Amino acid sequence: MRLRHLIVSVLLPLAAGGCAGSQSALDPQGPNAASLAWLIGAFTIVCGIVWLLVMIVVGVALLRRRGAAEPADTPLAEDPGRERRKGAVVLAAVLATVVIVTGLTVISYLATHSLTAASGEPLVVRLRGYQWWWEVTYTSPSPDRFVTSANEIRVPVGRPVRLELSAADVIHSFWVPSLAGKQDLIPGRDNQLTFTAERPGIYRAQCAEFCGVQHARMALVVVALPPDEFAAWLDGQLRDAATPANEEEAAGREVASGKACAACHTIRGTPAAGTLGPDLTHVASRQTIAAGTLPTTRGSLAAWIADPQGVKPGNKMPMVPLSADELRAVSAYMASLK
Amino acid sequence: MKRRAALVMAVAMLVGCQREQRDLRLDPPVAAALDQVAPTANGIGGAPPDVYVALGGPYESNAYNLGEGKRLYTWFNCKGCHADGGGASGPALMDGWWRYGADPVSLFVSLRDGRPNGMPAYRDKLTTEQIWQLVGYVQTIGMASATTAAPSRNDEMQSRPAENRAPAAADLPTPPSR
Repeated sequence: MRLRHLIVSVLLPLAAGGCAGSQSALDPQGPNAASLAWLIGAFTIVCGIVWLLVMIVVGVALLRRRGAAEPADTPLAEDPGRERRKGAVVLAAVLATVVIVTGLTVISYLATHSLTAASGEPLVVRLRGYQWWWEVTYTSPSPDRFVTSANEIRVPVGRPVRLELSAADVIHSFWVPSLAGKQDLIPGRDNQLTFTAERPGIYRAQCAEFCGVQHARMALVVVALPPDEFAAWLDGQLRDAATPANEEEAAGREVASGKACAACHTIRGTPAAGTLGPDLTHVASRQTIAAGTLPTTRGSLAAWIADPQGVKPGNKMPMVPLSADELRAVSAYMASLK
Repeated sequence: MKRRAALVMAVAMLVGCQREQRDLRLDPPVAAALDQVAPTANGIGGAPPDVYVALGGPYESNAYNLGEGKRLYTWFNCKGCHADGGGASGPALMDGWWRYGADPVSLFVSLRDGRPNGMPAYRDKLTTEQIWQLVGYVQTIGMASATTAAPSRNDEMQSRPAENRAPAAADLPTPPSR
């Protein structure tokens, strides 16, 4: 009684809760994810019915009372009528198997085929996987409108997005379950993935191919915005970094461009022009830092800069020795980079 | 007899559990102490910091540190000047005979403070730990015999035998004496 209570009150809601949310293949928010969700449903139902039938047949065979007609002393004796009936059952099972497997193959082909069929001019976004973060480059027909960002993809609602996937070091895989299936990012071999978001929202994505110690903390968010909001946001991203509003932020800019930060990070509009780590020009406009590890607040920025290896052990950002004043200044400056 | 054999097996298997430790987070005071090298007056040769010895020279004998050094060698474009075999604007580092010394302290000073004729200082671009990682890796480039620890393999074509293989520089002429 108590066990059943536990199952009903705790486990069922938990299991059902896993079906919805910002990261679920069963709660599709775009046509690609919807066709995959439909495929998951069809396979589950068909295979479930087959499993049930097989279990029933096995159960009947096990529990059936042996007939008196079977003479125990001649186990090899053949009854022609019985043999014919057995043959018919086996033939029917084989035919049913062929029909079901062919049917599943056909719907699987049709569903996956529809994933690459996009309508309309897609927005082309380059996504490059690094250990352990994502570089996002929004392309445009004119090269001066390319924007580089990190760990967050913003897309306009209703317009197909074509991701051009590449990797810098090892194989990664991009998976945003609410919008599309998985696609690998492979060093030296470019890949593509097209998806459309139908509703505004925030969808979590995750690296889906083990890529090293911090694979689990290699997430990003896909933010779907109404088209006019997206255009305004993109124009904002094209601008150089915000100028410091006060003395502390100005001191922070000096630290960021004078210390080792500038060897790896770019902050457009300042001398910092490294290309090994994420672009920080508009770092505070993003929802998370360190690839979905921490929310973007001044506190978490300071924690991250003060001790990157304590927050995300093994990541490629070293601990740069800073004084308390320098840390305060640089975190204020980072938090101002909207 | 059988029991003794089992005991020996068990000990052997336990030894197999030994795994290289990756020190991912160096304590800040240790990192600061690692900067305290004592080079000789001309900047070539000298004494490593005490903490380096106390740690057991982890930048030459730890494969993770060597691998990180190899990554930094590419990231910070050391290859741009010290290309394998040729070098472009800096000397190739394949023969193990280097103008400003091949010992860890000389290499550390070369990387941190730079050297005449073009070698820039990386004091403000790399942390002390990263400089030591590079020191460890750079030593494997000019090494004449394989060691037990080696960095990860190249992703591109090898221009010399991999670091974990037999002598890379065995066929090279003996370095001239000074």
